[in-house]
Amino acid sequence: MSNEIVLNVNSLSISFGGLKAVSDFNIDIKKKEIYGLIGPNGAGKTTVFNLLTGVYKPEAGEILLCGENIVGLDCVSINKKGIARTFQNIRLFSNMSVIDNVKVALNEHYKYNTLQGILRLRKYFECEKKMDEEANNLLKVFSIDDLANVTATNLPYGKQRKLEIARALATRPKLLLLDEPAAGMNENETKELMETILKVRDEFDMTILLIEHDMKLVKGICERLTVLNFGKVLSSGNTNDVLNDKEVIKAYLGD
Amino acid sequence: MNRLKNKKFIDKIITFFIIIVAYVVTDVLNNMGMVPSLISGLLVSFCTYSIIAVALNLVVGISGELSLGHAGFMCIGAFSSAIFTRYMKFLGVENIYIFIIAIIIGALVSALFGFLIGIPVLRLKGDYLAIVTLAFGEIIKNIFNAIYLGYDENGFHVTLKSASALKLKEGGFFIIKGPQGITGAPRYSTFLIATILLFICVFVIYNLIDQKTGRAIMALRDNRIAGESIGLNVTKYKLIAFTISAAFAGIAGVLYAHNFHTLTASTKNFGYNMSITILVFVVLGGMGNIRGSIISVVVLTILPEILRGLEGYRMLIYAIVLIVVMIFTNSPFVINYRKNLKLKFNKAKGVKHE
Amino acid sequence: MSFIVNLVNGISLGSVYAIIALGYTMVYGIAKMLNFAHGDVIMIGGYITFVFMTDMGISPILATFLAAICCTVIGVLVENIAYRPLRGANSLSVLITAIGVSYFLQNIALLIFGPNTKSFRSVVPFSAVKFFDGKLIVSGESIVTIVVCIIIMILLTLFINKTKLGVAMLAVSEDRGASILMGINVNKTIALTFAIGSFLAGIAGVLLCSAYPTLTPTTGAMPGIKAFVAAVIGGIGSISGAFFGGILLGVLEILSRAYISSQLSDAIVFSLLIIMLSVKPQGLLGKMNIEKV
Repeated sequence: MSNEIVLNVNSLSISFGGLKAVSDFNIDIKKKEIYGLIGPNGAGKTTVFNLLTGVYKPEAGEILLCGENIVGLDCVSINKKGIARTFQNIRLFSNMSVIDNVKVALNEHYKYNTLQGILRLRKYFECEKKMDEEANNLLKVFSIDDLANVTATNLPYGKQRKLEIARALATRPKLLLLDEPAAGMNENETKELMETILKVRDEFDMTILLIEHDMKLVKGICERLTVLNFGKVLSSGNTNDVLNDKEVIKAYLGD
Repeated sequence: MNRLKNKKFIDKIITFFIIIVAYVVTDVLNNMGMVPSLISGLLVSFCTYSIIAVALNLVVGISGELSLGHAGFMCIGAFSSAIFTRYMKFLGVENIYIFIIAIIIGALVSALFGFLIGIPVLRLKGDYLAIVTLAFGEIIKNIFNAIYLGYDENGFHVTLKSASALKLKEGGFFIIKGPQGITGAPRYSTFLIATILLFICVFVIYNLIDQKTGRAIMALRDNRIAGESIGLNVTKYKLIAFTISAAFAGIAGVLYAHNFHTLTASTKNFGYNMSITILVFVVLGGMGNIRGSIISVVVLTILPEILRGLEGYRMLIYAIVLIVVMIFTNSPFVINYRKNLKLKFNKAKGVKHE
Repeated sequence: MSFIVNLVNGISLGSVYAIIALGYTMVYGIAKMLNFAHGDVIMIGGYITFVFMTDMGISPILATFLAAICCTVIGVLVENIAYRPLRGANSLSVLITAIGVSYFLQNIALLIFGPNTKSFRSVVPFSAVKFFDGKLIVSGESIVTIVVCIIIMILLTLFINKTKLGVAMLAVSEDRGASILMGINVNKTIALTFAIGSFLAGIAGVLLCSAYPTLTPTTGAMPGIKAFVAAVIGGIGSISGAFFGGILLGVLEILSRAYISSQLSDAIVFSLLIIMLSVKPQGLLGKMNIEKV
């Protein structure tokens, strides 16, 4: 693991109608690290994701992606800067085929314009061929390439989750945010997912920040953790240290 | 190798094939005098409404936004092109090149309006586009009903007041005469030209859908938030779809304007009801289904002509069918029911369901 | 003085728009749908009153009340049959269904009452009132319309803020999911909203037809659309917004008809909508909704 910092967040805060949803949130994630963000329901984890991806604008604080402040940018620009995400409640392009779900995320990286496409010029065929290849390779990583032409909404649940990750990766991000990737999965599926996440990290040199409730998954793959409670950082550090922290245990189990 | 790619390709080819065959067969029969006059008089109209239905399908079915003002774009295309051809006729120039220029004028002016109206509105979510396009269509209709445009030795004159307020010199003539509209625009619209334009329209829209821009448009239809999260600019893509759609609606207007002797911006021609009728074509042909829109136009235009006795009930039946189709295809309850039914059916057949 | 006459007429027309707009704004706020057929309920109200008064000789007040009741029933039926199955479906399909319902109502009226214009007898029992030694003449319809509108506004505001049902409506409009958890019957609440909206539409229909006594199957369409425009301009979901939007639109329409061009008055009214949405998309008194991610 290198020591290059991919994400550095300083004293990030936001409130909704007077309620401090997230206050003074700090985090720094190194390249190729798998970092966990955990905490009880309503602790503000997804809000942190929404702040990082530009869905909400923070009231204070800064978000440095590879040293560049991205506060104030909208979702589209932030994705172009290099943050991609998945959603807690899966959001696929449900009426499109599996491969088109991935190809549409590749749009930025293949330059041909609308007119070239309408007139079917050579550039169109060249780009489309390369897009097909790259999309297929991504599907292979998640072993859903055999389902490339199935409509996304017809995929079984676990594979929908995988497709969502594949789609996020297709934007070639520097940082990947996974919002409860194991939600609704059984033990086998979760195990498979853990392997996939590790594989993604190794094959794409990816830095990953994930929200998760499944402690097995967290213990299994996260190198470091931050625990949120009532919008504040309760504890952060190496996974084992954090999970043995008395404050953390108290927050989870009550007094 | 790629089955889906093939499927899209075959779908496109079938549509092209149908258009060409339909044209050739109708034309041959027509020359032999075997097409009833009722239908031969409707041939250009079939193409006109097919073009605008396909154009609206791009907005409603592909882009997932509702426009209730497409008759307005048609109106703009009709009037802008007819002003040009009527003026050229006055100068004594009447040929096919004039009509080609007129088609380009109609498409561009209509596209420009589509673009301008789209900028503020497409940023908004929900049903706003529907209400604004409806308002837009009414504004356009009102303006073309109130405008007087004339030409004499001193050049063009425009007023919103009355015919006499134009103060045309002797030898001048009216291009638009208020509610009486444009009279005597050349009748350039032939079945052949109309079919070629329909072919171009279908070609462009199929090739727009099956490329990166089209995928982005459909992705934003399916899930706007996810689309933004992968870097798709909502306004840009919605605007592309809307502008192209407006351009083809304009072309439909050009065909319309040069199919009849007079062109008026009456409620019947370009009002809100016209927009709704086009929407009915799209919905019943299948949202997002290009071929379906064309078939739906032909069937729904011929059907009432055949079933004359039911004329009074026609719109009522449209209304009921519209409601039933929407409930059957979109109700969460019905969708679940059908899914379960399919599952049972597959089980009975012994098919493994994933 | 003619300006003041026009202004009063504008406020009167605006009051009708405001009453109709209430129906739109409440339904939009609570069921999150644009009920395109709302305008046609106005027309139905007009026809029913017409039949009661002209064919059955029932007194105007009673006829109005009965018509409003009939509209309520129709509104609830429409909600039950056409809209309820689509709850949770995408907004496009709901909107198209509403357009279907609108067409259905218009064509039913066409079949029953025919395409000919019916001349509506005003329900207002007294004629014009003179102010300032006859310099300012205000029609009875105008006065009644404005008064009825104000009464409705007050009653509705009280209902929503002071009664259990009203608070339930507020709750559903804020957060449907949470309302279900709190034991609120969402289906009933939405039906109630449609009932109130349609009742008001019935009254608006009678007032509209009294002031502009021509009745055809499409009578409700344009006022309906304009009332929706008023609701959007005022801020969709806001009751006071519907009121101010309605008055603003009515005054603008009458003044532009009087001083600019009668043919372009609709164009001017609709232009205001486009300008408003470009500048302040949430409307005068509305609030922006943030979609949950």
